[in-house]
Amino acid sequence: MDDIKVKINDLTLHYGTNPALKNINMEIPEKMVTAFIGPSGCGKSTFLRTLNRMNDLIDNVKIDGEVIIDGLNIYNKDIDVVNLRKKVGMIFQKSNPFAKSVYDNVAFGPRINGISQRNKLDEIVEYSLKQAAIWDEVKGRLHNSALSLSGGQQQRLCIARTLAVNPDIILMDEPASALDPISTSKIEELIHELKQQYTIIIVTHNMQQAARTSDFTAFFYLGELVEFNKTEVMFSNPAKRQTEDYISGRFG
Amino acid sequence: MDSKLERSMNKELKSAKEVVSFNKRKFRFSDWFAEKVIKTVAFLSIAVVILIFIFVFREAFPIFKMDKNEAVSTELLVQESYGGAETANEPVKTTDTQVDNSNKVQTTGEKPSSTLFSKTWMPVSDNPRYGIWPLFLGTLKVTIISLLFAAPISILAAIYTAMFAKPRIREVIKPVIELLAGFPSVVIGFFALMVMATVFQSIFGYASRLNAFVGGIAMGLAAIPIIYTLTEDALTAVPRTYTEASLGLGASRRQTAFYVVLPAAVPGIFAAVVLGIGRIFGETMIALMATGNAAMISINPFDSVRTLSATIGAEMAEVVFGDTHYSVLFLIGSLLFIFTFALNALAEFYFRNLVIRRYQSKK
Amino acid sequence: MNRNLKDKMVESLTGISVLLIIFIIVSILAVTIAGGWPNLNWTFLSEFPKDGMTKGGIFPAIVGTAVMTLIMAVAAVPFGVITAIYLAEYASEKSVIAKSIRFAVKTLAVVPSIIFGLFGLGFFIGFIGKNIDGIFNGGELKWGQPNILWASLTMALLTLPVVIVSVEEAIRTIPADMREASLALGATKWQTIRKVVIPGSVSGILTGTILAISRGAGEVAPILFTGAAYFLSDLPHSLSDQFMSLGYHIYIMSTQSSNVDATLPIQFATTLVLLLLTFSLNGIAVTLRYRIRKRAK
Repeated sequence: MDDIKVKINDLTLHYGTNPALKNINMEIPEKMVTAFIGPSGCGKSTFLRTLNRMNDLIDNVKIDGEVIIDGLNIYNKDIDVVNLRKKVGMIFQKSNPFAKSVYDNVAFGPRINGISQRNKLDEIVEYSLKQAAIWDEVKGRLHNSALSLSGGQQQRLCIARTLAVNPDIILMDEPASALDPISTSKIEELIHELKQQYTIIIVTHNMQQAARTSDFTAFFYLGELVEFNKTEVMFSNPAKRQTEDYISGRFG
Repeated sequence: MDSKLERSMNKELKSAKEVVSFNKRKFRFSDWFAEKVIKTVAFLSIAVVILIFIFVFREAFPIFKMDKNEAVSTELLVQESYGGAETANEPVKTTDTQVDNSNKVQTTGEKPSSTLFSKTWMPVSDNPRYGIWPLFLGTLKVTIISLLFAAPISILAAIYTAMFAKPRIREVIKPVIELLAGFPSVVIGFFALMVMATVFQSIFGYASRLNAFVGGIAMGLAAIPIIYTLTEDALTAVPRTYTEASLGLGASRRQTAFYVVLPAAVPGIFAAVVLGIGRIFGETMIALMATGNAAMISINPFDSVRTLSATIGAEMAEVVFGDTHYSVLFLIGSLLFIFTFALNALAEFYFRNLVIRRYQSKK
Repeated sequence: MNRNLKDKMVESLTGISVLLIIFIIVSILAVTIAGGWPNLNWTFLSEFPKDGMTKGGIFPAIVGTAVMTLIMAVAAVPFGVITAIYLAEYASEKSVIAKSIRFAVKTLAVVPSIIFGLFGLGFFIGFIGKNIDGIFNGGELKWGQPNILWASLTMALLTLPVVIVSVEEAIRTIPADMREASLALGATKWQTIRKVVIPGSVSGILTGTILAISRGAGEVAPILFTGAAYFLSDLPHSLSDQFMSLGYHIYIMSTQSSNVDATLPIQFATTLVLLLLTFSLNGIAVTLRYRIRKRAK
């Protein structure tokens, strides 16, 4: 296998007393796209949020086990969660640009990192927007409100905003679920571009999307990792019966 | 993509990448400092409540101390003729001089606190008497009149708003009635003084133009928005399924309102009334302007009364800082504070819990 | 009795209650406007009282009310906003501290306003002011007596809950995904509050400020003996000066004046000014609040 970016050892997560993730072990390769699939409520989004510790924000969550990124367990006591989130960016299901201008949205991350020179910010904003393949559409209205963009543009803006912080890993939680087919295909193309430089983990309920975009696929069911393999193997020759049933659309 | 830009960016970003490492928790001063400041400031509300307790009681406290110093007061009386002129010019600084002052006033030798439970409030006289009974009973009388007026009308109006009114009308009624909360009490007091007093006098034909009845009704106006809003909230908080079940069984809206919704909302309505009582009890400006301010004990609603809070409002500006009268007024303030504090705690903890328990157990 | 008839009677009774309350509100407004409007003109607003307060205007009372509420807002708003941020962003709902703070805020909201007056007298004037005089002024009476600063601070305590409640409500309408977006970009909690939460609750802060000013402008009991004056021939020049206020002016003119009947037009017009002031402020606040609530949906 290729270089491993994220290694998960015996991860268990409880909401109160309900186990939401049970004993998960997996290794996510670097600069590849890994897709998490499974019926809703299977824990795939919860799992994604454990990778940048977004679950810390919710009361009553208890996590056991290890998530090792670049050789460090991110659940160690000493970990700096703020910097962790700079390295592990996240794109949400519902695009959530701030009620600020396009420019200020992208410059948000660099600014909180203390970059304030205008020319430097200009460069980062332009570069990030280009990386997110939205530069041409917004370059004339960088100072308009981000909320004036279309849904698909907003989502790509959110991707640009994340790229501007320069993460290693990008987590995407059903990034195209609320978008029309054209916007969706733009996002998928973008994912394909971005994996040259970033490790991407994407949660999706869309089987075709997983097949089209990902190199590896993990199938979750009822909080357990049922199967994890190269995408072409998963979709052509799944090892488990449950995986086959789900992929072929028999439930979920 | 512009390759030159890309190259320079890559360099830029790479250097940034090395800086960001998460292996050790970083100390961020601004976050640490902001959190400390925010947490400290948030305690201010608690501190203020405690300070109010302390300072209102502190100023009331000398009245009890004066009793203990009774034994020495005869000695102090000797000094009186010398010290009188001096102390009058000098701002009073210490409790000792306060005691001197107050003992000096009571030439007849009656302890100030022993007059507290007498039936006469006569703080400014040669033989001052600080009997708070007339004030207390007067307040009670006004509060009862006020409540008898405000509670039924507010609750009925809330029932109409929550149960009978069409949504469109409801949207109008609610803000209009809540407008009443926006009237400064001095404006309501003014209205009572100028209009209500005259109108009521011509209707009931009583002797004193300003009295407990006028004051009570006017203070009720201040309590209506509180009782109305909280009752309406309590009624609308009753789960819709209750109403639907009752209507589904063929009950009329009235029957549903009175036999299903109202009983379920009783703790909330009680809380509303309790807070309304607190508002009436502590209301100062309306009482000052509309009750006539005569400290007498009578059962007749058309007699003038002097309420506890109005007494403070009327007399505090005239008293000598630190003398007995001053302390007695603070003692009255302490009583008011304890009473409203207790009412609030009752509404908050007892009735609130009752509401929560009710809905949880039946869900 | 016939059930339908009973239904009708009860419904009418509740409806009559509503009408009665509305009738009272309309009466107060009508009487105030009818009595005050004819006397409301520029001279009245811009002149000092004249001839032993039987003639002239209410200029110093308007200025006094404005300055007092301004100082009050400067004191109350920052503290209120910070407390609201604590309650909405830092405190866990179940913690004893958060519950105590909430209870304290509610207590402040129901404590009779006259008690605040007593507190201002005992604490600001009798304790702080007297000590300042003792230490810095060699015992000469300057701060240990009623003035506009102590009155404003007393009023600030009274209006603190108003600010806290409005701001907290506004903060809670900021969607959770805005906070998540900021945190996921590696912003710290404080950065998130500064760059996302506070900008998002500006209208709530404004609402709270306006409501507090409106409340403070109308309250009289807290300033009865902490700084309001019967009559001043000059505007306050320093924080240690006393001031005239609209509400207090109404009170003394209608109850303490030597010739109540002669000054009736002044009383009505002053009441109308106060009512216009508080109602227009409340109107702005209600509109702002309505917008915030709409955003929440």
